[in-house]
Amino acid sequence: MPVRVALGIPKLDDALGGGLAAARLHELWPAQTEDMPSATAFALLLALKAAGARGTIVWVEQQARQGQLYPPGLAELGIDPARILFVNAPDEKSLLRAAGDVVRSPAPGATVIAPAGPARLLDLTASRRLTLFAEASGTTAILLRTADPHAPSAATTRWRLAAARSRALDANAPGSPAFALDLLRQRGGAPSYGWTLEWDRDRASFTPLSRDLAADAGGEYLATG
Amino acid sequence: MLAENIWRLGNSACGEDLPIVFVEKLKNAMRLTALSRGAIALGLTPDLTLADARARIPALVALDRDHDAEARLLARIVAGCARYTPMAAAEPPDGAILDISGCAHGFGGETGLKSDLVRRLEASGITAFCAFGDTPEQARALARFGHKAKELLNLPVEALEADPAVTLALRRAGLKTIDDLARRPRKMLAARFGDLAIRLGRLLGEQDRHISPERPLSPIFALRRFAELIARVEDALACLEELGHEAAQTLLERHEGGRRFVARFFRSDGAIMSVEVGTGQPTRDPALLIRLFRERVDTLSDPIDPGFGFDMIRLDVGQCEALVARQDDHLAPSRHAEDLAELIDRLSVRLGARRVHRVQPENTYIPECAAAVCAPSKTPKWETAPEGEPPMRPLRLFDPPQPVGAVMSEVPDGPPMRFTWRGKSYGITRWEGPERIAAEWWRRRDRGGKPRDYYRVEDEAGHRFWLFRHGLHESGGTAPDWYLHGLFA
Repeated sequence: MPVRVALGIPKLDDALGGGLAAARLHELWPAQTEDMPSATAFALLLALKAAGARGTIVWVEQQARQGQLYPPGLAELGIDPARILFVNAPDEKSLLRAAGDVVRSPAPGATVIAPAGPARLLDLTASRRLTLFAEASGTTAILLRTADPHAPSAATTRWRLAAARSRALDANAPGSPAFALDLLRQRGGAPSYGWTLEWDRDRASFTPLSRDLAADAGGEYLATG
Repeated sequence: MLAENIWRLGNSACGEDLPIVFVEKLKNAMRLTALSRGAIALGLTPDLTLADARARIPALVALDRDHDAEARLLARIVAGCARYTPMAAAEPPDGAILDISGCAHGFGGETGLKSDLVRRLEASGITAFCAFGDTPEQARALARFGHKAKELLNLPVEALEADPAVTLALRRAGLKTIDDLARRPRKMLAARFGDLAIRLGRLLGEQDRHISPERPLSPIFALRRFAELIARVEDALACLEELGHEAAQTLLERHEGGRRFVARFFRSDGAIMSVEVGTGQPTRDPALLIRLFRERVDTLSDPIDPGFGFDMIRLDVGQCEALVARQDDHLAPSRHAEDLAELIDRLSVRLGARRVHRVQPENTYIPECAAAVCAPSKTPKWETAPEGEPPMRPLRLFDPPQPVGAVMSEVPDGPPMRFTWRGKSYGITRWEGPERIAAEWWRRRDRGGKPRDYYRVEDEAGHRFWLFRHGLHESGGTAPDWYLHGLFA
């Protein structure tokens, strides 16, 4: 049985069978292209949860066309940039090989693998390999896909991410990061849809966010849950 | 044995007669510790304070004494003495010992060697006192204290270079020369003065101490020649692995590990192919080494072509660092760092060192300059964000910023209400700003350009953007441009 990492929301953790399975491969993709930053953040936050208090997080990225991961922004999310080892692969093939090396090594706590395109090489066989490597080494792997939710995959869980409206702060300012997510598939469990979460950086955990509440611009003083 | 006592280092090209002194801080005062001949002629002595010396001789030239430079000069002199004997060692701070047993005849005997040495040193402005002895201590004592007393037994007790308190005690007891001491029973001296008996024994040539010569370590390499050419790359790599084992053995003997390894494949037609790997931590693990080489060979854009075959393979260890042998600890943490270093090495070899990195903060307000790439072995320090605030900086940053079109705002200097990016229109429902970031006018000659007014905005669907207005509204001028600089989670 894999070690489970609680995400901090009892109902979601129950739906996952106790939390996110560590030492496994998990797959994420954005609902739309614009939701990519949300998916990226959620992938990194899952990695942060899985890596524990001090573990290294390896960010394996295929050369980004536009927009670099911005370290001060990571720090603002509560992820210490010093803990992240950045690996930049020139093409999909080398991305896959580098990801294999990283996941096979017991040193990193977690890794996020971010291909730039549809990543056709990351097929059923490749994802099966990554899962086996992760099981052997104990490193949690998060695959951040750009599109194509129908690609076959051996990932333990598959998630679809979208941005959600944040809980407004004073003067109608945008609040903490909010995510709308669907657990589309999980091995040995039922899918679960329609979650809306907020990331609480100061407590380093997710908190539930109701959709109605998020839509209500004045709702910042109401209790969540 | 030949001891030379180099006196007054640094008294070279400035002219013999100038009063030059070297000073350092001793006992809370700047004191003279080394003097030029000119200074001695004027009656200055070591240990005098600089203030006193200046009062006596206003034209005094005082320089800070640089012990490191002296040590470097001494090392050069000792290295130069290799012309006389391979057994040359430095005697810090200002001496050198040469073991010239069986070496002197090439220079016309001991005196010939001595005059050659003194001539060479004098040519470069160094005054040297040389003496011969049966043991290093004897030679040293004669070189240092033998100006007046030519005979060993007539040397003062200071020549033993024992503790000053011991020397003083000997003087008080009326034992002034080596001869006085040599007549006494050794047991009594050992009981009263500890190591004095040993010193005396060495000085009198009864005991011999071997000097440890300075010799540069030879570079570490391993090579193999083949009578028959090797035409398969796979075989060549297998051979390289054996060479790796040989080099690792040498490294182990020296308690060192290599940081840079170069394999050279010599082809029979004269072409030489060179493959280099580097590691983050010193290593002497042949298995790791050969894995790195295989990775490197696999990713070569110009693969190794054996042609008609290789006739020699050579492995050089380019850069060595101390690496102490250690027993493996079965408790995890120490192992973890090694695993990570190994992973970093593998990735760097395969993808290129540039592509594996960490980031460190930079001290600047300009957002696109706030982070810099650093080596993966570093652990940079980042500040944690202040509590109770939402993220103020985006997760993704565009560099250069992306121009956005059709920005509408209620008032010219107000926040944006709607904008178009990549052909899509976004209506803004929440915003915060502006956060004005002025250009760093102190760094750039043109005053750094226009200030930027940053807004954190959210659209109807919950996407969060970081927009900025480039410049200010001025009456009569064109409206400032808007840019998208980043995307928030």
